[in-house]
Amino acid sequence: RCLSLIKSTKFLNAYITVAEETALKQAEESEKRYRRGQPLGVLDGIPIAVKDNFNTAGIETTCASNMLKGYISPYNATVVQKLLDQGAVLLGKTNLDEFAMGSGSTDGVFGPVRNPWSYSRQYKEKSVPKSHSEDKDSNWVITGGSSGGSAAAVSSFTCFAALGSDTGGSTRNPAAHCGVVGLKPTYGLISRHGLIPLVNSMDVPGILTRCVDDAAVVLGSLAGHDPKDSTTIQDNFKPFELSNLPDVSKLSIGIPKEYHAPGLSSEILALWSKAADLFKNAGAKVIEVSLPHTRYSIVCYHVLCTAEVASNMARFDGLEYGHRSDMNKSTESMYAATRREGFNDVVRGRILSGNYFMLKQNYENYFIKAQKVRRLIANDFVKVFGSGVDILLTPTTLSDAVPYTEFIKEDNRTRSAQDDILTQAANMAGLPAINVPTALSERGLPVGLQFIGRSFQEKQLLTVAKWFEKQVKFPTIQLEEVKRHDHGVFQHQKSASFL
Amino acid sequence: NYLRIVGLEIHAQISSNSKLFSGSQVQFAAPPNSLVSFFDASLPGTLPVLNRRCVEAAVMTGLALNCSINKKSLFDRKHYFYADLPAGYQITQQRVPIAVNGSLSYSLCIDNKMSQMVTKTVRIKQIQLEQDSGKSLHDDTRSQTLVDLNRAGVGLMEVVMEPDMCCGEEAAAAVRELQLILQTLGSSQAVMSEGQLRVDANVSVHHPGEPYGVRTEVKNINSIRFLAKAVDYEIQRQIKELESGRTILNETRAFDSKLGCTVPMRDKEGKQDYRFMPEPNLPPLILYDAKSLPANMNHQQVVNIDWIHERLPDLPSVKRAKLVERYGILPEHSFTLLNEDGLSEFFEDVIKQTQMKPKKVIGWILKDLLSYLKKHSLTVKESPVSSFLLADLLNRLEEKEISSTAAKQVFAELWKGEGKTPLEIVKEKKLQLIQDQKDLEQICQTVIDGQENEVMAIKAGNRKVLNKLIGLVQRETQGRSNPVLVKQLLEKKLSE
Repeated sequence: RCLSLIKSTKFLNAYITVAEETALKQAEESEKRYRRGQPLGVLDGIPIAVKDNFNTAGIETTCASNMLKGYISPYNATVVQKLLDQGAVLLGKTNLDEFAMGSGSTDGVFGPVRNPWSYSRQYKEKSVPKSHSEDKDSNWVITGGSSGGSAAAVSSFTCFAALGSDTGGSTRNPAAHCGVVGLKPTYGLISRHGLIPLVNSMDVPGILTRCVDDAAVVLGSLAGHDPKDSTTIQDNFKPFELSNLPDVSKLSIGIPKEYHAPGLSSEILALWSKAADLFKNAGAKVIEVSLPHTRYSIVCYHVLCTAEVASNMARFDGLEYGHRSDMNKSTESMYAATRREGFNDVVRGRILSGNYFMLKQNYENYFIKAQKVRRLIANDFVKVFGSGVDILLTPTTLSDAVPYTEFIKEDNRTRSAQDDILTQAANMAGLPAINVPTALSERGLPVGLQFIGRSFQEKQLLTVAKWFEKQVKFPTIQLEEVKRHDHGVFQHQKSASFL
Repeated sequence: NYLRIVGLEIHAQISSNSKLFSGSQVQFAAPPNSLVSFFDASLPGTLPVLNRRCVEAAVMTGLALNCSINKKSLFDRKHYFYADLPAGYQITQQRVPIAVNGSLSYSLCIDNKMSQMVTKTVRIKQIQLEQDSGKSLHDDTRSQTLVDLNRAGVGLMEVVMEPDMCCGEEAAAAVRELQLILQTLGSSQAVMSEGQLRVDANVSVHHPGEPYGVRTEVKNINSIRFLAKAVDYEIQRQIKELESGRTILNETRAFDSKLGCTVPMRDKEGKQDYRFMPEPNLPPLILYDAKSLPANMNHQQVVNIDWIHERLPDLPSVKRAKLVERYGILPEHSFTLLNEDGLSEFFEDVIKQTQMKPKKVIGWILKDLLSYLKKHSLTVKESPVSSFLLADLLNRLEEKEISSTAAKQVFAELWKGEGKTPLEIVKEKKLQLIQDQKDLEQICQTVIDGQENEVMAIKAGNRKVLNKLIGLVQRETQGRSNPVLVKQLLEKKLSE
């Protein structure tokens, strides 16, 4: 079912590779196990999609880049392996910004991802055609990024869960724009082995699902120490089931004033306020807090991110794998040509910046300084959580999804700087954060709100998120394609354990 | 009137089963690219995992070199592009290495006769863990570069010796001592010809009282002998340049062993900015000692410095001192014993099996055995004369069954390795000393009777002439008489 839905929603461009044969085989195996009464686990048979920057053995992994077009990895990322071990069915690899650099999922070599909500009845009803001869397609909106393909895949019902990655908001941002749950776990909780890195010290695998309960289930299968990743914590992780929070009166919700960022749409501001009231009226303690160094986080992120990118991309030289230029006058010229041909402007721009910041004469003033500022940003959170606040409530994005034609008017760097502002600090501090779809905007597009929790307190974070999700009752997307396919899907869309 | 300043950077390959950050095997001369893990090939998404054995090797080495072991050390990335560096960076320890501030004592002979030794010390600046690179071979005829990644990622200890040395001999002696220490510890096999020990020398000269001169780095030194040559050549070259009014360039030079000189190197790295950055995938390396070890720590996850310290074997300097004390041999003897792989064990084996005093045995080991080994380019292990056979021979000498001249002949026979015992050879060649005193007395008498003039001279007080008589007796007995005994008998007769 999912496979044919993928085919009929091909115009979304959410998938780079669809692994039809292997998926069908996996589904068959799963069915056999269920008949024997021996499912491998809760995820057995559940169709999932994986962002194309995770290594999947035997299935192309491209990172939406010419550098890795046709690259077939010999190994599975740990998170992929864990899902497969549970019996999950891997449908395919989803589209992204090249090497996960971007906030629109528009800058990959396979083209941009279209937000399924662009084709929803809700959006179409609200949108005003600009002219008679307007192409039906021309005002489709972006998914956000960089895990746009994964978000779109989940949002359009082609899979029940998807893996994304989150370095500056790349899971939460598209989750907000596509009306799905996007969880960024605490750094060190889930293994990064096999996730092609953007910023090693900030990257985490992200989880995209249609409801908070599903996110908790997937988290349960993925979290835990991996000896192959020395940055995962040693402590034993106990998967948990989310209880229905009886009341929130014991909770203290913090509203960081700095997140009232310039450019925040009045719509979202109002929604944020409404959400705060929701908690207050339910008996929670809702207080304004301050994270004073928030405004430095974008600049700080820019320095640290580009530096790590320059370093991480150094391995792409065409020698061992990936694209290799035909230029063969010398090793150096081959390297240079390969990298020029293989990387897009965004990637090359970040490499150049990063190398600049790491030069001996600049290192102290840029890299070291940024590290220090990073600690200040992280300490802001420590102080706030230390003062008794349990969860922070903030907007996830500045506005609802913009049309693609609008989005590309500014360059990648500008857009990233604008769009990351509300999500990025959580990556700096390594904290868990989640986007919960909240309501539809005036244009009929999803808007989400973000909860940020304490380190390794995913259970508390998700419990609160689940309570909130129940209160807001976010509407289901009304997509022709989905309707055509299966009425029954709507009934079951809330829980992945139904198949 | 020039002060010579020599410092060394030594890379020792760690003796371990697997590489520093990945599980692929460490092995010399394996088929190209057969020992390469995904991480070694820098496949995207792979992460480094630190090898415990490599950490232990570095700690052992640091302790043996009197270093302070840093309980917290860090890993960094050093970036440059080269075909043998798949990731485009090397993981090393630039900010805080695992061990610092140590020292190494080594000995030199003042003159060439090995009779006077002087002890010198060189400061060890630091020891750091880092990855080895792969190997690249340039095929100019086909205009291509062949890359073998077997060595990529193997663990190295870089040992930095401060510029406390002043000539090739000192550098060579220091490296030799380091090599012995590493081999004793087992932390590195340190065989230079297999690339397990690589030495780069930093050389400069200046007039006393003036600031240090510009230094050059000398690479491509493939043996300890060449190290001494390269350093001495470079010192002379620099002095000549300065004397001619020219200046020294801060450059890297390669030692050409055929020509015996240093030449400017085609700088593969140039004046590079390595853009050092902390390695984000490796947390700080924390080491413990008995005091700081938390109670319920998983033993597998922890390296305890004190535990390692307690289990350090005797270092060469200690071994030498013990040999001198136990056996009464000279210090320079102990150096030679340890310098030759297996020789001190051989020596001690012989001691166990013979009544001959160690002070006498050592002569046989160092003069006879060793010179034969050297002449035939054999190692101690390959010696056709076993410790058992040599001990047997020495026992016969002690028992006065043969003379020392005869013993040398037997030794030469044994060397042929035909499986004969000393006793068999003695019998075969009729080398036994005449045991019958009466026979010997008779021969002495015969000689005395035949040398009237000499006898008179001796009786008149010229003792030296006695030696001629002894010689005649020896000739008469075909060397089968004990000269000491002959002398006694002659003296007795002459005094009658």
